[in-house]
Amino acid sequence: MSTAMTGAQALVRTLEELGVEHAFGIPGGTILPFFDPLFDSSIRHILVRHEQGAAHAAEGYAMATGRVGVCVATSGPGSTNLVTGLADAYMDSVPVVAITGQVTSTFIGTDAFQEADIRGITFPITKHSFLVKRPEDIAAAVVKAFHIASTGRPGPVLVDVAKDALQGTTEWTWPIQIDLPGYKPTISPHFRQVREAATMIAAAKKPVLFIGGGIVKSRAAQAVADVIDKAPMPVVTTLMARGCFPDSHPLNFGMPGMHGTVAAVGALQKADLIVAVGVRFDDRVTGVLSSFAQNAKVIHCDVDPAEIGKNKAVDLPIVGDARLMLTDLAHHLSEMDLPAWNEWVGYLQGLEKKYPTWAGDPDDDILQPQEVIRRIGEIAGPDTIFVTGVGQHQMWSAHFLPHEKPYQWLTSGGAGTMGYCVPATMGAKVGAPDKVVWGIDGDGCFQMTNQELTTCALNNIPIKIAVINNQVLGMVRQWQTLFYNERYSNTELFTDRLPDFVKLAEAMGCAALRASTWEEVDGVINKAMEINDRPVVVEFIVHKDAMVWPMVPAGTSNDDIKYARDMAPTWEDDEL
Amino acid sequence: MTTITTLSVLVQNNPGVLARIAGLFARRGFNIESLSVGPTEREDTSRMTIVAVTPDEAALEQITKQLNKLIEVIKITEMEKGKTVRRELVLVKVRADATNRTEILALVDTFRAKVVDVASDALVIEVTGKYGKVRAFLDLIAPYGIKELVQSGLVAVSRGSKAMTDKQKSDKPAS
Repeated sequence: MSTAMTGAQALVRTLEELGVEHAFGIPGGTILPFFDPLFDSSIRHILVRHEQGAAHAAEGYAMATGRVGVCVATSGPGSTNLVTGLADAYMDSVPVVAITGQVTSTFIGTDAFQEADIRGITFPITKHSFLVKRPEDIAAAVVKAFHIASTGRPGPVLVDVAKDALQGTTEWTWPIQIDLPGYKPTISPHFRQVREAATMIAAAKKPVLFIGGGIVKSRAAQAVADVIDKAPMPVVTTLMARGCFPDSHPLNFGMPGMHGTVAAVGALQKADLIVAVGVRFDDRVTGVLSSFAQNAKVIHCDVDPAEIGKNKAVDLPIVGDARLMLTDLAHHLSEMDLPAWNEWVGYLQGLEKKYPTWAGDPDDDILQPQEVIRRIGEIAGPDTIFVTGVGQHQMWSAHFLPHEKPYQWLTSGGAGTMGYCVPATMGAKVGAPDKVVWGIDGDGCFQMTNQELTTCALNNIPIKIAVINNQVLGMVRQWQTLFYNERYSNTELFTDRLPDFVKLAEAMGCAALRASTWEEVDGVINKAMEINDRPVVVEFIVHKDAMVWPMVPAGTSNDDIKYARDMAPTWEDDEL
Repeated sequence: MTTITTLSVLVQNNPGVLARIAGLFARRGFNIESLSVGPTEREDTSRMTIVAVTPDEAALEQITKQLNKLIEVIKITEMEKGKTVRRELVLVKVRADATNRTEILALVDTFRAKVVDVASDALVIEVTGKYGKVRAFLDLIAPYGIKELVQSGLVAVSRGSKAMTDKQKSDKPAS
């Protein structure tokens, strides 16, 4: 099939052929030629209010659907506003394609109006990027971008298109054969390596399966369940992998790391074998690396070979897709005689019982944020997609929401991007319109990107946002409390005075509710659940001094975890 | 103990590929001693020779893996000691007049270097060779007074008949 058309038409047509149904963006001078044929396209373009929102919405869409999210911006500031979202997608390996207009090719390098070298700016935060100067190169660049973004270790890809390339004419042909001689991801794990992993598990006395975001990206939750079915060993999940193994399962000890459970941190610290799949041994998980899991052998499976051995030395590397690896592993394990790990599991269950995650003081008159989040989770139920911002509310959401089902938990992990919640919630709802989508945000985060609620109201995207309002930048304040002698420099937001979140939400076309007493909590959540014709914002006025526990203070060993202020667990029964 | 490794990197000859590689080294905090780049026998392919300084084996492995992740990097080879021909080129402008020109020319001759320009009070000398030879020549010439020195990065090619571009598509591990 070959048809004469403009570069802009070729771009729209290529996106349609690739199955793109939604895009998030804002037009401007250089991308304008693209928006003209887009007007007649089957692609639903959602006009956001800030390009950062477009990028996060594309992330939310990708996470909720497992498909590539698309965001669009014009040159210069339009494109630079995407940067935070692309950096976030890069850190959390989210498949996103960003399409940006660029000034006319002959003007590039002249500091033309609204010119920015967005490809150069995004080199370190994209998996790859293209600068297209000729109409005939547009389609191939877009096809390559989608292939690169969605295969191997997923990630953001930028396609920067000069205005004259959009305006010029070309012969558009379909399908397109692409050749990327330098891009051949290893998907199938090596048979012998996986068999060796099974042998190591069979020989272990204290094994733990440590799963991360790779499980989400390869849709491997069922394979995790299969492995645990065959080899019932303890499981811990990173922040990104919450829900990939049900929290209600007795072998799930929760999230390890800086704010992990004592049992999960203990599981890694005391293990003699860590089976790590789709994780990157991030510093927020390991604490001081030299004291992390010192007695454990490590099996590390990742689709990105550069992650293996990057932070933690590995005894058995396995390069490949998490789902294929775990499926093979379950098969090998089913043919082996495995020991019972009762004593080891019993030890961790003991830790879990003795050191439950601090859930706030139930006798306090002021709302405890932990309990508020727990109630949202209980009322909304385990089929809900939950999205969070970054900070204390994020950690409480990781602990107290019902993480029973996979691929329904969206959070900014690696980058820790405040402002992720509202636009990512919007993107998730567009991708999964039949699901209830709740964003749990903080009062600090909410003020960064809440303008997308207008977008939601105008475009019939009925999301639900809980603003956990503690009047401060809570996580930063917690560090000030613990490490800066309670000197609260620049963390008071005075959100008890301004803005009035209810009025703000109403002004943006949302239903708005507020709860400041225990009696009101269930009522506002139930009411929010009933409203489906517009977005809802529910403000919860909570205690400003609530802290996230447990905590491994930055720069210390996981062994020094505190389960409450100045309260350290005793690691008895060390001699398992 | 730091080690010095020579990497040959085959890349797609696209605009911006050098910036991408230089940026990767800067961002990840990798040290490079020299980098040279030029076209190869294939029009669509460039070859870089990177001399990397690494504190340990793990650091070198990270450099190789991170380079391999770049979409435009086709292949990376670590050039083995003893199985590689390495050359660098130096142009050096040295003070030389009638009183010492003969002495200098004798050194040039010994090192199989070349005089490429002569002025009344200076010579421009071209010397090529391995790192050690070039260093030795420069040490000997230094007392005469080096006015200007310019040096290429190292280039390297394996000995024997096998070419780096053979079978390039199948042997990149992954990204």
